[in-house]
Amino acid sequence: MKALKVSRKPSKFIAARLASTLSTVTAAKLGPLDLVTEDAPRLPDAPGWYRLRPRLAGICGSDLALVEGHASTYFDDWVSFPFVPGHEVVADTEDGRRVVLEPVLGHAARGLDLPFEDAAPGDGDDYGHLVGGHLKPGIQTGFCSSTGGGWSSDFIAHESQLHEIPAVMTDEMAVVVEPAAGGIHAALACWPAVHAARERSEQPVVAVLGAGTMGLCAIAGLREFLPGVRIIVGARYPHQQALARSLGADATVSPDELARAVRREVGCHVVGDYLSGGAHATIDAVGNSQSIAACLRFTRPRGRIVLLGMPAQVSVDLTGLWHRETVISGAYTYGTETLPDGSRRRTFDLAIDMAQSRGLDRLVSATYRLESYSEALAHAANSGRRGAVKIAFDLRSDLPHSRKEQS
Amino acid sequence: MPRPGFVLDVDRSTPPILFWRGENFSLEKLPAGRSRVIYAPEPIAAIADVDGAIRRALLDPIDQDPLPVQLFPGMKLTIAFDDVSLPLPKMRRPDIRQRIIEAVLDLAAEAGVDDVHIISALALHRRMTEAELRHAVGDRVYDAFAPRGMLYQHDAEDPDALEYLGTTPHGEDVEINKRAAESDLLIYVNINLVAMDGGWKSTATGLSSYRSLRHHHNPETMIHSRSFMDQHRSELHKSNWRMGKVIMDSGIKVFQIETTLNTDTFPQPFEFLAKREWEWSPRDRMTYLASTTALKRTPRRMARNIFHSIEAPHQMTSVQAGEVEAVHRITTDHVYAQQLVEVKGQTDILTMGIPYISPYNVHSILNPILVMCMGLGYYFNMYRGMPLVREGGVVIMTHPTPPDFHPVHHPSYIDFFEQVLSDTTDPHVMSQKWEKQYAEDEWYKHLYRTTYAYHGVHPFYMWYWGSHGLKHCGRVIVVGGDPKTVRRLGFVPATTMDDALEIASDVVGRSPTITHLHTPPLLVADVI
Repeated sequence: MKALKVSRKPSKFIAARLASTLSTVTAAKLGPLDLVTEDAPRLPDAPGWYRLRPRLAGICGSDLALVEGHASTYFDDWVSFPFVPGHEVVADTEDGRRVVLEPVLGHAARGLDLPFEDAAPGDGDDYGHLVGGHLKPGIQTGFCSSTGGGWSSDFIAHESQLHEIPAVMTDEMAVVVEPAAGGIHAALACWPAVHAARERSEQPVVAVLGAGTMGLCAIAGLREFLPGVRIIVGARYPHQQALARSLGADATVSPDELARAVRREVGCHVVGDYLSGGAHATIDAVGNSQSIAACLRFTRPRGRIVLLGMPAQVSVDLTGLWHRETVISGAYTYGTETLPDGSRRRTFDLAIDMAQSRGLDRLVSATYRLESYSEALAHAANSGRRGAVKIAFDLRSDLPHSRKEQS
Repeated sequence: MPRPGFVLDVDRSTPPILFWRGENFSLEKLPAGRSRVIYAPEPIAAIADVDGAIRRALLDPIDQDPLPVQLFPGMKLTIAFDDVSLPLPKMRRPDIRQRIIEAVLDLAAEAGVDDVHIISALALHRRMTEAELRHAVGDRVYDAFAPRGMLYQHDAEDPDALEYLGTTPHGEDVEINKRAAESDLLIYVNINLVAMDGGWKSTATGLSSYRSLRHHHNPETMIHSRSFMDQHRSELHKSNWRMGKVIMDSGIKVFQIETTLNTDTFPQPFEFLAKREWEWSPRDRMTYLASTTALKRTPRRMARNIFHSIEAPHQMTSVQAGEVEAVHRITTDHVYAQQLVEVKGQTDILTMGIPYISPYNVHSILNPILVMCMGLGYYFNMYRGMPLVREGGVVIMTHPTPPDFHPVHHPSYIDFFEQVLSDTTDPHVMSQKWEKQYAEDEWYKHLYRTTYAYHGVHPFYMWYWGSHGLKHCGRVIVVGGDPKTVRRLGFVPATTMDDALEIASDVVGRSPTITHLHTPPLLVADVI
């Protein structure tokens, strides 16, 4: 099989980090990523494992952070090298199903007991299993040396990770299911703040900072699952603002105007750099020092900030957080959600429905062959500036002829 | 003997014409044979004995008893005066408001009146700073009254300081400053820079609240004021006069003191700005070259400070006091005597250079909304009879139009620019959809009451001011304006005057007539 592989070579990570200041293309060439041809990963000696042939595999912000050498050292002990990235995947199984991958390598995949009946791969509040069982460490497919990943022509996955998709769903729509699930998870993480607002008979206001793929999916999730909230979005580029509006945002402004837009919406005062009140909840879909600081300024006291964008090391004055008793919660991934009506659903099932109802295939802007990975990564790194949203690898030309037609 | 206003037909020998561009200017060559330039009349003679004229006006008022007769011990006397928006530029000290207020206070003291309040009639404008108040009323008055809380600024958002007087036959609410309403005599000290100032507008607007102002500061009134400078055809004027009758009928006694100024607008070395270009001396040319070159290299903030430090040499040409309407008729005659220029027929394209200043950005920034207001609200309306530009014609302004806003003075303008103008530029639509939210925003109210911010609704009023111009013109082009900002205003950006004329040809053809309004100094075109 052919694959893009990340190896553990500190010098290459350093080179990528330095080169990324010049360009992503240079970072990709000098960094830890190599296009290789090698044997496909071996199926574990356990039930429920399948060999998969990817059709489309998306490029995510966390992938880019890795390629550019910016990923946090936090993950050093949670991943295993070498690995093949790619966790946003629509693929064919060897038994003829077209599936999207729920990439978390959970208890079932590792041959461990589930934390509760029908638990999703992402469920559970003890992450010990992520480094245990019969697989090498890895939080997800795409970060585990045992499974391979979507940026290849062949990888393996456990039955617990697979969601068969309806025939009417295009590959482009399916490849967005994973980020859509992440967006829904972040949107539902706003529910406690939204619920509290409604208890006080206030119009709930949720601000979203950043409108890349994750921000847009969060907006769609808010509109789909928390109807009636006012969604105010800070998006840098015109096409992002247009998509945000079409997915349900009530107002879109540039990021530096977001605080003022929130103030207008809630009618509060401004005290220094902070709003006296602010949004009931904020989704930070950027995830850096500046974005977190900004969110602290326009999220109301005792409001909630949901960190959807993956931060690394940040420097933020938390005095405001302390004084305003702001809750910051992470929104890494998905599992089993409790909806506002109390019912429980798997995030991926919600995402498959939402990808269709909201037409999320429009988020896929361009696809590249695996061999053109430098250009693909450069496009993904500059997607906003280049009028794009989601960039993906197209591996359908590597499929047997009969399978190509299914999309 | 000052020369009257003048309309120059541009021919091949006409030198390039001066255009203001915010904190700078340029010389533009207008097409010969079809362009004309309207120059303001030269400054008319000022009153030599200003203090004597003021005293005579107070002792021998029009249709009222002499002021000393109306003053008595134990009475409540309130003196209201025009705020920082007048005159433009600010006048050299002593300001005529100071001279009048001092004269009134002398008479009040002679009559044994000791309950005197002095109020800046700022309506929904920003509060004046201490320096601005001292400039307007003088140090002696300020020091005697301000520390004792007897010199202060009207607060249109203090329900305890407002008195509701009733409605006009048209259903317009009339609510004014409570102290003024409860006084035995309200003396209003006015500076009448243009024909729409003064009269009942002084009290019915300057001392009122949003509840009152919304009845005439709206798109419908503005569209049907043709123009603001022609009282007989101004709905704004009529509404204020109806409110004035309610004020009068409620028993409030108003002693109106109005003044007019000549158009001696710029001191040395900027005198050339008011001159006709072919009369520029070599020194004027050198000053122009030196100042434009220097200003190009000067940071905009510094250039603003330089221009706003200008104190105009304009002087008083008349002062009259007494009954409001009778006084204002005389005042208007004096304004017209200084500013009217007869102009034959309309034009296809009206050009105007937008200067650094308007009534709403003294010591501040002429932000994009105020650029629109100056162009389509003020300059477009500087006519009597019919607009200078024909219906469907083109207005070309010159101004850099940066997206700069004064964060203290114009906070709601920033939101208006970001939120409202990105939604609509239609005055009617914005008035229905957005005005209430801005007018009632608690933060804007707080800033208006406690800092130096214009009221939240003020940017709407500025936009409404240009309603007639917006409706009347086929296209508005801004030469040298920041393209993104100009487009947000709904206008078309152009790099040069030639480009603008090319763009205008889509609307008015390839050989349009062009008229340039050479102002400031202020002028009113009497279009016949």
